[in-house]
Amino acid sequence: MATITRPEIVDDVLSDERLEEIWKDPPGFIGFLKTVDHKRIGIRYIYTAFVFFFASGLLALVMRLQLAGPNMGVLSPEAYNEFFTMHGTSMIFLFNTPVLAGFGNYLLPMQIGTRDMAFPRLNAFSYWVFVFAGIFLYASFLVGSPPNGGWFAYTPLTDRVYSAGQNLDFWGLAVVFIGISTTVGAVNFLVTTIKLRAPGMTLNRLPVFVWSMLVFSFMVVFSVPVVTTAAGLLELDRLFGTQFFVPALGGSTLLYQHLFWFWGHPEVYILFVPAQGMVSMIVPVFSRRALAGYVWVVASLVAIGFISFGVWVHHMFATGIPPLAISFFSAVGLVIAIPSGIQFFAWIATMWKGVVELTTPMLFALGFMLIFLLGGITGVMVSVLPFDWQVTDSYFVVAHFHYVLNGAVVFPIFGAVYYWMPKMIGRMLSERLGKASFWTMFVGFNLAFFPMHILGFLGMPRRVYTYQSGLGWDALNLLATIGAFVFAFGVLLSLVNFVWARWRGAPAPPNPWQADTLEWMTASPTPEYNFAQIPVVESRHPLWDQDPMPVSESGGDPETRALGREGAARKETPLTSGMRAEPAGAMTVPEPTYLPFVLALGIAVLVAGLLVQAVLIGVLGLVLGAVGLVRWTWRTAETP
Amino acid sequence: MSTALDPVGTVPRTISVAAPPPARHEGYGRGFWGVAILIATEGMLFLALVATYFFLRAASTSWPLGGIEPPEIGVRAWVFTALLLGSSVPIFWADAAVKQGDYRVVRVALTISSLMGAAFLVNTVLDFRDLTFGWDTNAYGSIYYVIVGLHATHVGAGLVISAVVQIKLWMGLIDAEHHTAVEVFSLYWHFVDAVWIVVFASVFISPHLR
Amino acid sequence: MSRHRRVLGVAGVFAATVALAGCGGASMLDPKGSEARHIAGAWWVMFGLAMFVYVVVAVFIVGAVLRGRRRRRPEGSGISDGAFVWVGGIIVPALILFVIAVVTVDTTAALRKPDRRALRVDVRGQDWWWEVRYPGTGIRTANELHLPVGRPIEVRLTSDNVIHSFWVPQIGGKVDVIPGQPNYFRFTIEKAGLYRGVCAEFCGVQHANMAFYVRAESPGLFDRWEAAHAQPPSEPADELAAQGALVFQRVACAGCHTVRGTQAVGTKGPDLTDVGSRHALAAGTLENSAASLRRWIADPQHYKPGALMPQVPLSGDDLTKIVAYLTSLK
Repeated sequence: MATITRPEIVDDVLSDERLEEIWKDPPGFIGFLKTVDHKRIGIRYIYTAFVFFFASGLLALVMRLQLAGPNMGVLSPEAYNEFFTMHGTSMIFLFNTPVLAGFGNYLLPMQIGTRDMAFPRLNAFSYWVFVFAGIFLYASFLVGSPPNGGWFAYTPLTDRVYSAGQNLDFWGLAVVFIGISTTVGAVNFLVTTIKLRAPGMTLNRLPVFVWSMLVFSFMVVFSVPVVTTAAGLLELDRLFGTQFFVPALGGSTLLYQHLFWFWGHPEVYILFVPAQGMVSMIVPVFSRRALAGYVWVVASLVAIGFISFGVWVHHMFATGIPPLAISFFSAVGLVIAIPSGIQFFAWIATMWKGVVELTTPMLFALGFMLIFLLGGITGVMVSVLPFDWQVTDSYFVVAHFHYVLNGAVVFPIFGAVYYWMPKMIGRMLSERLGKASFWTMFVGFNLAFFPMHILGFLGMPRRVYTYQSGLGWDALNLLATIGAFVFAFGVLLSLVNFVWARWRGAPAPPNPWQADTLEWMTASPTPEYNFAQIPVVESRHPLWDQDPMPVSESGGDPETRALGREGAARKETPLTSGMRAEPAGAMTVPEPTYLPFVLALGIAVLVAGLLVQAVLIGVLGLVLGAVGLVRWTWRTAETP
Repeated sequence: MSTALDPVGTVPRTISVAAPPPARHEGYGRGFWGVAILIATEGMLFLALVATYFFLRAASTSWPLGGIEPPEIGVRAWVFTALLLGSSVPIFWADAAVKQGDYRVVRVALTISSLMGAAFLVNTVLDFRDLTFGWDTNAYGSIYYVIVGLHATHVGAGLVISAVVQIKLWMGLIDAEHHTAVEVFSLYWHFVDAVWIVVFASVFISPHLR
Repeated sequence: MSRHRRVLGVAGVFAATVALAGCGGASMLDPKGSEARHIAGAWWVMFGLAMFVYVVVAVFIVGAVLRGRRRRRPEGSGISDGAFVWVGGIIVPALILFVIAVVTVDTTAALRKPDRRALRVDVRGQDWWWEVRYPGTGIRTANELHLPVGRPIEVRLTSDNVIHSFWVPQIGGKVDVIPGQPNYFRFTIEKAGLYRGVCAEFCGVQHANMAFYVRAESPGLFDRWEAAHAQPPSEPADELAAQGALVFQRVACAGCHTVRGTQAVGTKGPDLTDVGSRHALAAGTLENSAASLRRWIADPQHYKPGALMPQVPLSGDDLTKIVAYLTSLK
């Protein structure tokens, strides 16, 4: 390379440009495979998750066509069953969870004022596992046997006797596989928050979104192993002939339901808590004041995390468990409404006394509130035991959980995209197109899902590929189909908006929304090292209360050596003490490496080997994984 | 701070900033926390399986199912249980010794503990050979094989990790500053032992209580 | 403001829900059984509370936005943040939840109680139809339950295949039909009529076509039906039907279906002893008429793809005879 001496760099060798040189990934595809930068990984997580969002959205549109009228022939019954199974499975496992993990990956280190995650390579690993699991699940379409047992895959319908093909093996193995990604990601979020907060970022100054990712991670750690057990035992039954869920030989089908919902119910809140966290970030910024009742909101998130573990039988009210035993779960289901109520009124209070600005992110947050309000109310209703007997497994429940999972999770995610995308891509999205997209989505959403409540009352069960005319269902179904397409058009507008902004949008200033949290301190897009000098946090709203924002210098001692530019130049990021967030050391951010990719690939090969029951392929995967793992721990020994 | 006048791009990876003393770990490091949380997920996995065991038991009229005899808990079972639990003791020594830089003690302690663990593992494998039922006989057989087998796998994995730690010690990759590997392994091994208490109580002792 | 209108709009749609649900054909809000009536009662209480909560909170949200848009700088005084959280977020919801808890306990306590005088009916979920037996009478039928009005009824639900769920919205809530665990659905029907039920748990490829009917009759009519059907049907009077009976025995039909009193004793498919009297064919897939019966037998896979009934090659003549025979079975 030519030697060009640039004067400003001679003056200060640790200029931003120089740090960028040190931190940047190798160019091109090699860098793509090797990166451990939490921002690249986070953004990639989000993009990949959206690919699955569009895929499973398309499945939903075809299903709505099939249901537009009675006795339609768009899909065969087999195809319809495959479509709804894949729609549910990929929305939950491949869109909602990973997209939130993506935002967490991107935002959490910046919001707590550090340069990367606690385990950057593990972070890359969890991304690769997610991608491979997604490809694995969708590969089922290529071999013509996508999962078809519903997204909760109840036995015995899903055991070998009733589902002989590989369809359910794709499902069971993918669930176990992606569980690795989610779990490892949660470990990373937890340790990052425990060890890597900037000096002064005490727990009571953490942004609400960081709190929500903490709760997310705790819930993942304690619930995902249980769904892994459920899917794992199902696969043992299917592939190796164990008898866990075979009633004739002492197995129990209800056991599967208990295991599945012990994760399945918290999972709803796993998705929902970070979405609420996002809303609690957006609403105060566009109300130009601090969030009302910060402590209450945080306590609510934590409370939701705990209470949600006591609600799983909620999904099994009609299984014949004695009413007395269930009434406990019925009561817990009611109680969980209180933390949500607290958050609602915290947001209302924030806006009530603030200066409200109706930007696109704010519109999505408001749309979320109006939709989630209804989804929350119907949520209270379905926890009323006898009422649930009527509506469970009917379209009322389909309406309810779409109000919660689509309305109350996807709307905040779109709000978050509009809010944080300028930081990610360095360009502003169009507000006009954004607002058009919001209104189209909002109208389409309600048009699509509101009529489903009524369909439930009229006795339409869920998961039917067709229905007879003359039951009073025709018009409402047609309306729902129209709504679904309107909603999809709104989503398309946002996609257009993004594509346009990505290449043509106006350059984004560092803090376009005058927000309060640390990620807005950095340039847009954020440089590889995030902060040349780690900020010194003295407030819950550093960018509002601390002007100019103080940053730290590297000291000569081990505690503070990583804080300043010298630390950044050594690719270090500071460690701080648990509670008070005082400087306590340094960690070195690892160089880009193939290892995460190799290890994830090894596991993918192993899973594929299990699917086709080929010992050789399985062993190959194991060897590949083991080599990756050993090499990995070796590096750790050199750079602890 | 000294400054090197390298033009951008020529030697991008060498920065000569006066190196401060090496980083020190305050309290438990990242690695420890990471493994501790991963172990919590493992704990949930075993909890789910033990819950499965008792759920299946509660759902059947006789236990074990199908006239299978409850597992024997004779002298041998107690001896090997004591052996596995006892193997945690040398790990405590190793943990303390590594911080003092006394690597000989670490090596000896790890070796003793590994031998005890290996003996336990051999016994478990022999036990499996004597079983009169398979994992496909009925639900009891399935949960028995999965719980005991998964625990044995963990013991086996522990032996491998122990060997890796030994190799690292031998190669000088572990010192008073860099002993996360030992810390992490000891945490893991204590966990595997603790799980055995639960497994032993539920799979081996509980069928005798009714 | 358009926002106000939207809130009103939502309320309007809610009202439309109610209207529709109230007068629609088989709505759970048009109850004909004890359980459905109790649940509908609980629903109306919850609906009132829900309307109240939705409107109040939505008005607060919209009001907060409108207030906030008019202002130039955040307000210092007025209602405190704590007041919002305490009153709106904790006290009021707790009161409402308390009411709902009382409603829950009250409604639950009234439902599904065992009664020793109950009429017992055994229902088995099959792939994809319902087998119905009346213990002690020898009556077996399929996809249709004859039940008396006013008497306590206990339906015993079993399955030897996958999980199904028994749901007649106008009579009561769902009870899952679980292999290895008999469940009981206990209720009373309050009004005579024909009520449609469905399988509500996804059970495989033809889950959508697994409906059934409950024919609720006065106790007198029911007793007469029961007495008449305890005996096997008499020989077909009609010449064509008699020939049909012979064809039925000769071709594959009898291997899977039973007609009591004949040599047809197959159990894979629905019992056809009274098929001519049923409201629908193939578990609610087709209306019951000679024409649709003919179409169904000629090509079952066209109407119910994946169902276990194969297409049996039959001459047009044989088909006519079989249809005549089956429609004669009342």
